[in-house]
Amino acid sequence: MQISSRLRLATLAAATTALMSTAALFGAQAQETYRIGYAISKTGPGAPGANTSTIPNYEMWAKEINDAGGLKVGDKMIPIEVVEYDDRSSSEEAVRAVERLINQDKVDFILSPWGTGLNLAVAPILDRAGYAHLAGTAVTDKAPQLAKRWTNSYWLLGTGEQYAVEMVKFLEQLKSDGKINDKVAMIAVADGFGIELSNAGRDALEERGFELVYDKTYPLGSQDLATIVNEIKSLGADTFVAFSYPPGTLGLTEQARVLQFNPKIFYAGVGTAFPLYKDRFGADAEGVVSLGGASETDPKIASYIERHVAFAGREPDRWASIVNWASLQSLQQAIERAGSTDREAVNAELAKGGFDTILGTYKPGDQNFWQVGQWQDGKFVGIAPTDMEGAHDLVFPKPDWKGAQ
Amino acid sequence: MINCILKPDFIKPVFLGAVIFAALAFLPSLVDSYYMSLAISIVSFAVLATAWSMFSGPTRYISLATVVFFGIGAYTVAVLGEVLPFPVVLVCAALAGTMLALLVGFSTLRLAGVYFVIFTFGLTELVRQVVSWYEVNVTREMGRYIFLDITQNDIYWQLLTLFAVLLLTGFILGRSRLGFALRIIGEDETVARHCGINVTRVKVALFVLSAVFMTLTGAIMAPRWTYIDPVIAFNPMLSFQVVIMALLGGPRRLLGPLLGVIPLTLLFEVLTANFPNHFSIMLGVTFMVIVYLLPGGVIGLYEKYRTPQKASPSNGHSKTEEKTA
Repeated sequence: MQISSRLRLATLAAATTALMSTAALFGAQAQETYRIGYAISKTGPGAPGANTSTIPNYEMWAKEINDAGGLKVGDKMIPIEVVEYDDRSSSEEAVRAVERLINQDKVDFILSPWGTGLNLAVAPILDRAGYAHLAGTAVTDKAPQLAKRWTNSYWLLGTGEQYAVEMVKFLEQLKSDGKINDKVAMIAVADGFGIELSNAGRDALEERGFELVYDKTYPLGSQDLATIVNEIKSLGADTFVAFSYPPGTLGLTEQARVLQFNPKIFYAGVGTAFPLYKDRFGADAEGVVSLGGASETDPKIASYIERHVAFAGREPDRWASIVNWASLQSLQQAIERAGSTDREAVNAELAKGGFDTILGTYKPGDQNFWQVGQWQDGKFVGIAPTDMEGAHDLVFPKPDWKGAQ
Repeated sequence: MINCILKPDFIKPVFLGAVIFAALAFLPSLVDSYYMSLAISIVSFAVLATAWSMFSGPTRYISLATVVFFGIGAYTVAVLGEVLPFPVVLVCAALAGTMLALLVGFSTLRLAGVYFVIFTFGLTELVRQVVSWYEVNVTREMGRYIFLDITQNDIYWQLLTLFAVLLLTGFILGRSRLGFALRIIGEDETVARHCGINVTRVKVALFVLSAVFMTLTGAIMAPRWTYIDPVIAFNPMLSFQVVIMALLGGPRRLLGPLLGVIPLTLLFEVLTANFPNHFSIMLGVTFMVIVYLLPGGVIGLYEKYRTPQKASPSNGHSKTEEKTA
């Protein structure tokens, strides 16, 4: 099932590339194109993430614009031409590929690679060459400093701290309502992301009078976390927080379900908002909390999800995909508003913001998306910040696991 | 020692080398930054593969620990880069590499054959986990940022200098008593022992020398990436690439690895640029073609044409073997 959909995607991607390159061959002399370049992890450890949050969005964006005749620049319609490379999840390859895009292919705009490490590796090169950098999949506590250092860079997912703090604020409310006790068990993946979030989470929890009854890390790539779950089960914490990565997220959920560990709040990390989570756990996804979220009742978001399913054969994730799509919409509008393909004019428009996107009025780098979300009736909805429009009420306490009894 | 340095067959190649390197130093003013990044790739792999061959060529120990030293160098820069001036950081990196190489050398170079290969591969994972453990539990920060004002051209010049020093070292070594001792060890360790050579000490000395160059390469390359974490710094792919390049070129001669590095780096580049979706398949096909057409490496090809009567029977033999297989 999974393989066939992947195959379909690969075939589709290959066909699109073939079509595009043929079109480029024939069209090269005939008309002007707007050249978009990107290097992305098609292979290596970054590939699953890139394939979920980034690649389908880039491909769908180019296709939608070209199907509509191209970008509307002044009174001309200019189609998009894509130049893509595989950085094989290596910093050095990403650096080289971006140098190639700038100097050899002389593309007009470069879309960001996947992951914090690779985005940071290419950021200085893009800055020096005067390219804007919409870093769509980097979470770093240095985001504000980076945006100052490289003026045309936008760190779309913000800092690790903001997700942890927003979640703790939400827990504080539950605690003062008397719904949960003050005991929290926290684990984190031993990787940049997990460490940043757990550092921020630890401080925020202790500041707000929570007691951390468990606070450990697990190695990257590890899936068998049964011993950790067993240990935590006996500690009497109402809240379980895991700043995990996809393999750990799936492993943890599975083992919590098997061991019947059902805290009132079950928070898991990256991967929870992926559609495959729902596919795997079905009704047991209900009530699981994580970072991200989507206002699926919003017609713009609903239409985006529908088009994504039609294009890629699967749903987008409910966090980075949505932010990435908003940034792509911003880019299109920036070019059209600038009325020219001149890089500096486009960069200036991007910096002005005020784009109409699936996140509402948006400027790349805005953090106006859901920081905490929850699976409710097969939808991953936003619950915090609670003052944001369309915030859902928390399903509380988390329902019992149904699957493995 | 002085005697052999003053001989014309020493002065001539060194002079020629100096002229070539001086010419290469002007490359940045001739080409754009894309070709510079390609040049950096070639020179860095040239240093790594030559340093690898310096130890592994004569001793025939296949080491998969290249990335361990490379990563240690990169981490030294990440830790000290903003505290100390860059040349001092490089010295620290070289010291760190030396210490680790001494430790590893004395504890493992008594291992032979496949045990050594497995050990060096395991060492990569060990060092990566130790660094991760330290970052998670002590510094509580996993990734490290390297904000240094070192341009691509600076990196190129540093690597070029390092490569020149490495070649000179290798050249002198090949003519020294140590180099002679190494060749004997490579031919037969027992004989070497009987000649009164302290086998372990010679091997460790060479291992350390080769490790220092690998560490310095990592240190010089690190500012290029802005951000490193253990997964980026200790990527085992690098060790394999270096071995493949050195073996393709021919690890038993000083310039042999270079003959593997240049075609393979260019090949990787062409494949990446033209077949982004089929890179791995194309790479596999290319390797098969290389193995079938050039079983002895590029140097082997050269030697085959130089002494045809000696090389052809072994070549014919391997062909029949393949057919039966």
